Amino acid sequence: MPSLKDLRNRITSVKSTRKITKAMQMVAAAKLRRAQESALAARPYSERMATVLANLSSSMEGRDDAPQLLAGNGKDQTHLLVVCTAERGLCGGFNSSIARLAREHADKLLAQGKTVKILTVGKKGNDILKRLYGRFIIDTVDLRAARTLAFSHAQGIAQKVLKLFEDGQFDVCTLFFAEFKSVISQKPTALQLIPAAVSGGKTPDLGGAIYDAEPDEGEILADLLPRNIGVQIFRALLENAASEQGARMSAMDSATRNAGDMINKLSIRYNRQRQAQITKELIEIISGAEAL
Amino acid sequence: MALHFELVSPERLLFSGDVAEVDIPGTEGDMGILPGHAPVLSTLRPGVVTVTKEGGQKERIFVRGGFAEVNPQGLTVLAEVAVPVAELHADLLAQQVKDAQEDVSDAQDDETRRRAQENLDHLLALQGALQ
Repeated sequence: MPSLKDLRNRITSVKSTRKITKAMQMVAAAKLRRAQESALAARPYSERMATVLANLSSSMEGRDDAPQLLAGNGKDQTHLLVVCTAERGLCGGFNSSIARLAREHADKLLAQGKTVKILTVGKKGNDILKRLYGRFIIDTVDLRAARTLAFSHAQGIAQKVLKLFEDGQFDVCTLFFAEFKSVISQKPTALQLIPAAVSGGKTPDLGGAIYDAEPDEGEILADLLPRNIGVQIFRALLENAASEQGARMSAMDSATRNAGDMINKLSIRYNRQRQAQITKELIEIISGAEAL
Repeated sequence: MALHFELVSPERLLFSGDVAEVDIPGTEGDMGILPGHAPVLSTLRPGVVTVTKEGGQKERIFVRGGFAEVNPQGLTVLAEVAVPVAELHADLLAQQVKDAQEDVSDAQDDETRRRAQENLDHLLALQGALQ
């Protein structure tokens, strides 16, 4: 049975925990708004890019000289998994759900006898995957120093991926991130980067006319496809940033609530115990007086 | 009849609206896009996009790493870097030139080196034009 002093100490400590989680929740809410805005602002670019790519790739379909980034290099032996997670913890199941999706994917590939390579973006994903898949991790990108995500960060990662592809280090590349659905729901998603999964972009109606390409279609595609990798990674990073803040906000909200419940329970116990002690002392005094 | 013009960078939508004419620096030469232009896809070299609004005012925007698409709905320019010329500082351009120079020295094969060099030349020309 804890003494009154122990209980008092516990109540103070839970109270200060509640203050911290409350503050974290409010910070996450403010950051979430900003992250959501930038994710929204980036959407037109990737949409236009998808439209143009869909256009061009339909004209390249079935041609032998289609770029490898679009058609693949004809093999699917080595898979590169780019796993994007957060740099910080305390955001509920955010990091572990992305890592779990990547792990399931990797297990499936390994069972099929494929080779798996992993590139992690963000410290947390690296920490989680390191234990079981440490030997597959070929590189880690750290974005902790970045205050706001800029396109150049995504481009740096894209260049790494492209370099590995050119060197023939892998055949298929899949990107893992959490899609931002709403504050309470973030969906871990796998997206195939190479060969590019071009779909969804609707072709504008040209009224029978065809595009006049300058220089020519092949060259435009060769220019556009590497850029598309950067755009997709940038989108993933922004979605991830918004998801992370959303997940942290709801995690901290429930932590604050739990702390409140705990304080109530502890206070009741404290009061009861204090009352019991007073009663006990009174009984002792009265029975002492009666014995005289 | 007006031309619907959109300028998009990865970070945000920079311009969207109806204009009279847009001059874009295509890889194979400058193009003036007027309303009703035939559908065209073109890559862009680093340079200045000049937007002529319906009232006749002009707006000049520096773009780098870009791509333009003309379809019956209008003209869309996708650019990795887009800065209005009025806001373009000599420092920023100097930084770009430095990056381009690094690209040239980092280039692994002749083809990439040629492209990087081309890029650098354009930037230097732009820098000269501004001064």
